[in-house]
Parts: sequence; C-alpha cells; structure tokens
Amino acid sequence: MERDIIMNETKQYIVVKLGGEQYGIDISYVDNIVRMQKITRVPKVQPYFKGIINLRGEVVPVMSIRTKMGLSDDEFTDATRIIILKIEEQGSLGIIIDAVKEVVTLAKDEIDKVAYDAKDEKNNFINGIGKHGEELISLFDINCIIGEREAVL
Amino acid sequence: MDVSQYLEIFIDETNGHLQNLSDCIMTLEKEPENMDTINEIFRAAHSLKGMAGTMGFKRMQHLTHDMENVFQEVRSGKMKVTSGLVDVLFQCLDALDVYLENVKNTSNEGTDDNAAIIQELNEILAAGSGQGKAPSKQEEKKEEAAKPKEQKDGFEEHFLQIDLSEKEKSSMKEAEEKGQHICGFTVYISEECLLKAARAFLVFKAVEDMGDILASNPSSQDIEDENFEYDFSFYISSEESLESLLEAAKTVSEISAVVGREVKLEDLETAQKEKEEKERNEAAEQEKANVPAAASAPGKDTAKLSVNNNNKKQNVSKPVSNRTVRVDIEKLDALMNQVSELIIAKNSLVSISSTDGGSTQSQSFHEQIEYLERITTSLHESVMKVRMVPIESVVQKFPRMIRDLSKKLDKKMELHMSGEDTELDRTVVDQIGDPLQHLLRNSADHGLESGEIRREKGKPEVGAIYLNAFQEGNNVIIEVSDDGAGINTERIKEKAIERGIITAEQGQAMSQKEIIDILFMPSFSMAKKITDISGRGVGLDVVKSNIEALGGDVEVESILGEGSKFTVRLPLTLAIIQALMVEIRDEKYAIPLGSIQTIEDISVDEVKYVQAEEVIHIRGSVIPLIRLDKLLDFTPEEEEPEDLTVVIVKKGEKFAGLIVDNLIGQQEIVIKSLGKYIDSTKLISGATILGDGEVALILDVNTLI
Repeated sequence: MERDIIMNETKQYIVVKLGGEQYGIDISYVDNIVRMQKITRVPKVQPYFKGIINLRGEVVPVMSIRTKMGLSDDEFTDATRIIILKIEEQGSLGIIIDAVKEVVTLAKDEIDKVAYDAKDEKNNFINGIGKHGEELISLFDINCIIGEREAVL
Repeated sequence: MDVSQYLEIFIDETNGHLQNLSDCIMTLEKEPENMDTINEIFRAAHSLKGMAGTMGFKRMQHLTHDMENVFQEVRSGKMKVTSGLVDVLFQCLDALDVYLENVKNTSNEGTDDNAAIIQELNEILAAGSGQGKAPSKQEEKKEEAAKPKEQKDGFEEHFLQIDLSEKEKSSMKEAEEKGQHICGFTVYISEECLLKAARAFLVFKAVEDMGDILASNPSSQDIEDENFEYDFSFYISSEESLESLLEAAKTVSEISAVVGREVKLEDLETAQKEKEEKERNEAAEQEKANVPAAASAPGKDTAKLSVNNNNKKQNVSKPVSNRTVRVDIEKLDALMNQVSELIIAKNSLVSISSTDGGSTQSQSFHEQIEYLERITTSLHESVMKVRMVPIESVVQKFPRMIRDLSKKLDKKMELHMSGEDTELDRTVVDQIGDPLQHLLRNSADHGLESGEIRREKGKPEVGAIYLNAFQEGNNVIIEVSDDGAGINTERIKEKAIERGIITAEQGQAMSQKEIIDILFMPSFSMAKKITDISGRGVGLDVVKSNIEALGGDVEVESILGEGSKFTVRLPLTLAIIQALMVEIRDEKYAIPLGSIQTIEDISVDEVKYVQAEEVIHIRGSVIPLIRLDKLLDFTPEEEEPEDLTVVIVKKGEKFAGLIVDNLIGQQEIVIKSLGKYIDSTKLISGATILGDGEVALILDVNTLI
C-alpha cells in the first residue's frame, strides 16, 4: 500500500558500475543494453568517442563515459556493456560501462540533489544521489553526458 | 469532417497555379497582346479564387477576385497591358505567396489584407476601362441578369424529395412547436468544383451556426465521402429568417445556386405522400408534381437563387488526369530505407557465399545469390528513379527573380537557362534552391557591369546570365555564369590583406585560384556598399557549406573582363552508392567509385618530391600523394613496402593519389550518417554496414584533394 502512495513520485533507474562506484541512468532514456562488440574507430573526432557500432542495421556512435569523466581507460571484460540511449531529435548514442547491476525504483525523497560544484569535474555529470537501502547511487544527468562538455584533468 | 485534410492538396495546387501565373505574366510582359496567355492568367486566377474560397481564405479570395476582374477587362479588349500593370500583378503574386506561406506554416492565411495592392488594382481597372465604373458592379449586373435565366435552367427544389424517417419527422414537429422556422434547401455545387465534399461541409458549417440540420440527402456520410452529384439537400430548423440562412449558404464559393424556402411539416408529408403515390404510378408523373413546386418558389422569394459570382465556368478547364501519383516524400524515404536494409542483407548473403568454402553449397545457391544481387540492384535503381525530380521546380522561379533584380539594380540582363529537365534526388533539389539563388544574385549584382560600362567595353548592353545543368557520370553539374566583369583578384587580395585575413607576403605567393577561394571564406564580402541584394558577407561561404552538406562542391573560374563561372557539382544519389573497399592496416574504408579515376601500382622509387610534398609522375601529369595511414592517425609502419597501391581520385580537374594497403573490391554500399554527436570530421562522409555486420567508414574524397 505504501508503494502505491508514492508511485507517482518515483522514477526507475538502471544501476551500472563504473570503477568502484555505482551510477544510475534514468530508464526512460535507455533504449537497449548490448554486449560489447567490435567498435569501428573514427579518426579525428572527440577523444571520448570510441567509434561506431552496428546496432541492427543502424550506425550508432559509442562513447566512453570513463574518458569523458576523466577516469582511467576502459577495461573490457565479459561484463562490459554498451547502454544505448535514445534521445529525441539527436538519435541514439551508446555509452560503455563496466557492468549492469540492477534496476531500482527511487522515490523523489530518496534522491538528494547535488549542488553544482565547478571544481569537482566528475560531479558535473551527476544531478543527484539516490539512496537505495544502504547503498548510494550517483544519478547521471543525461544532458551533460551527451553534451559537449568534457572533464579537464 | 475537417477542411484541413484538403489543405495539402490546396497548397500543392495553389503552388502550381502561382507558378503558372508567374510564367504567364513574364510572357505577357514581353508580348502584351498574347491572347492565349491572357486567357491562361484569367483561368489560373479564377481557379485560385475558387480554391481559396473553398478553404475559407477570404483575403486570398478577395485579392484573386480583383486580379480576375482586371483580366476580364484585358480579355475583352477594354484595357491594355502596361508595365505598371505587370508590376502590380507581380506584387499580387508576392502577396499570394505570403498567404500561401502562412497557410503552410499555420494553416491560416494571416491578417494582411494587402489593401494597397487591391487599391492599385482597382485604380488600374478604373483608369483602364475608362468608364469610371467599378467592374465588380458590372459583374454583379451580369449576375443579376443571369439569375432569372439560370432559374429557368432548373435548379429544382430537390429537398422535397428527401425521404423523411419517423424520427426526423418528429424532430421537425418539435421544432415547429417551438416556433422555429423549418427551411428546406437544395445546394447546387458548380460542376468544376474539385472538392465537393469540402464545399458541402462549409455550407453545413455556415448554416449550422444558425440552426440545427434535421435531415439531409444524401446522408452526411455520403456527402463526406463525396458520394453525390452536384447537388445536395437538407432541412434545417432555425430561429433565423430564411434570407439570412440563404445568405450564409451563399458565402461559400463555387456554389452555383442555393434553392430554399420555408416549409411546413404537413406540406412535406403531403409532398412525400404524393411522391410515394407517384412512385407507384409512372415516373413521368413525378416530374409533373415537382414543376409546380419549383415554380411556386420564385413567387415567394425572388432572392432565392444565387449564382456564384463566377458565371464563366466554360473557361475553367477540368484538370487533365495524368498517369502520376502524388506520394509523400516520407513514404519514399521509408521505402528507401527498406531497400537499404535489403541491400545490407544481400551483402551478408554474398559474403557468406564467398567465404564458406563452397563444399556445402550447390551451384544453384550461387546462381540464386547472383540473381538476388541483380534484383536488389535494379530495385534500388527504380527507387532512386522514383525519388528523382527535375530541377525545373527550383529553377523556374529564377526568371522572375532576375527580372526583379534587373529593375531594382537598373541593369539590363537576361537569364538563359538550359537543362531544366536534369534530374536530382528530391532531397537535393529541395535544398539547392537557396545556394543557386544566391549565385544568381551574385552574378546580377557583382558580376554584371552597368549598362554604360558595358557599352564602353563594347559588350552588348543586355547582360547575360547563364544557368546550365547537366549530368556528368554520377554527378549533376549546375553552372551559373555571366558575361560580366569577372573577379578582380587584385582587389580581393588587397581587401584580404586589409582585413588581415592574409599577409602581404602570403598574398604574393598565392595563385589566382587560391585568391578566388578567399571569396568562400566566412564574412568576406566584396561589395563596396551593402545592398539588399547581396553584400552582407553571409554569402558565398553559406553557399559553399550548403552545397557541401549535400555532398557536393563548388568551384569558380573567372576571366577578368569576360565573366565568371560558378560550377556546382552534386551527387546524383544520396543513399546508396558503388564504392571501392580498401584496407588500411586492419581497418576497412570505402572510396566512392564515382570519384576514382584509376588504380596504380607503383614502386617506392617513383615517388618524387615537389616542395617537400610527395608526388608521382604518371602519364604526363604530376599527382600529389596522400598517405591515408598518416592522415587517419595510424602508427606509421616500421618498414615501408616496396610497392605502393595508389588509388587515383579526381575532383573536377584536380587529382590526388591515395596510398592504401590493400584493395578488397567493389561493393554497393548504403550510406549511413555518423549521427549528430560526433563532430563531423571532414575526412569521413559517413559510414556503411558491410556484409559481415562490420561498420566501415566512407572517405570524403572531395575534402582530401
């Protein structure tokens, strides 16, 4: 019953692992999750773009969220996945993450807004912290991820 | 039912009529006496008026009505075509264009009455007819005169024949008890009317504001489906008087007559009974009963009949039905995508059949694959052909534009066009208009000299601008040239140095061609004064980037004093091309076959150096070499191979040799965009999916050279 009451205030997030941390991606932006596959390199583009893949006959650019956030390079394992985001107008975009963990439902009061802090580059891609049980999940700001801004190290 | 479903047809047809008008008025300017043209203009204006009226665009209707009046006078020989009249007519066209543009964007014609133009038209009319009599009055008179005649032509009160159901009768009775009038109407739609249902709808809409429609014949569903001849009848109960109802119904255009009168339920019942009786008897008797009913009408109310103000229907020709189908471009795009998918699937079958050893496959499998290949290729060609449209639709507005420019700039000039029937992909045609228009304006404004200077130089006083289109291989070439002053490279150089774009030393070393290329740099305008025609410096660079966005390029040739020529080169197709697949290290790249000249095997010794650039000397020409591995950020190979494979590509007159590691073969590829996220790298024009599902990049040869 309690669940029903807060139903209209909740959002679902896909929880992914990136380095040691957990990040949440708003499920409404997610079109698909695919296994790591051969990425065709595109020369002379933004360094965080790993290249393009063939997703059922469509060419989809893939970006390394690690490079963009200024983390260490991707290590591709069996758990590595490409999350395909579908954003109106701009089309599809893949982001590489270390592993997909679960889908969680977070109510509004379980999310803490983070204040924008220009000094902390990593946080520029986060628009909230979700509390799920004992764990903390950083919630990606999709618009910042697809935007041009890049972490400066 | 909603008029909006006719909006697209309306926009399409109005476009056609406007273009037609524009062409005719151009001809008229040259041959003011041409009767055929005058008739044609009259017809076009008339159709426009009718359509605008149907759709409820009153302002458009008003303007075209006045245009039509003027031509009525011209046609009857009471007026001469003067250049003043032509100017006003062009203003009318522009105003109509604005209306249409508004309709396209907002489904509404906007609020500009264009009273000034209408005023001018009427003044011309008054002056021209010399009788000081407003011709609209004349026309009204004609209408008046026509009325009694038409009445005799037999617009019968068909509403009397509506079979009323019990339910309808009871609702009539109710209305009668409430003291409302019950009126019967029969509306005759003019026979040239193209959108009968729309007109019927408008009639219903007009009268429904004043009362309730009780019954109609044919049924409202049939009317909506255009399932009726040229008349329909209905009963309405209303507080309003019969006259105001008639008035409302008449405001809809292309209605040739509205017959109506007040009826009583008992009358109807009698009429119906009579009818039933007659049905039992012979059909001949039916006529007899109807005639007195019709005859009694004029006696009751003389204003019962109205004739639509266009009583010259004999002039309106029915559209010739041709063997074409209008298709939404989106549907064609979808079809194209599906063909693309099919080709990708076919490519993977081909790659399976060629790599799978062959032991398990029968001969017939290979044969079928080849067959499939042939079918997909011709299917692709057919779809491409369907998408091709002549550039005519774009260039046909240019003569008018040059005429206006000629007046504005006070230079005499003439546009000579050829190859308007050259075909291009629809999407390219849609976007090529602006760049071409810009080049033409450029020629008119900057290229051509004024009349005096031309005379001094011994050139004909009338400047010539040429627009020439033709197909060359997989490209379509559009040339815009003029016989004007040509490009003064010294002045460009000065200007560029002055603006700090180049240094004086750089300027010394630059070739003619390089200097001309400065023209295409952003914000570089040569105009001494900014006119509203050109000179704001948002010119040639935009032209260049627009054309490049379409996968084409633009080049300039110019001879000082003799004129200049802009050559626009566009790809014939956008989606599927033949390409040569090459390998560089372990990556595959596609080079469009259209730009490949030859493929050469050369040894390293043959590579020469000119100005520290690698070149090769082949069959008399020196061709610069481009090391693709270096260009595409590969780590250089430790050991250079003895022999190099060089793909010679060309762009216009220029050549370049691309060094690749390996040739894979020729393949039909489907071009996919890299999407909006990746900063479009100039080297890569897109990607394609290979038979094995791998993605390969397509090299943009035009930017390499």
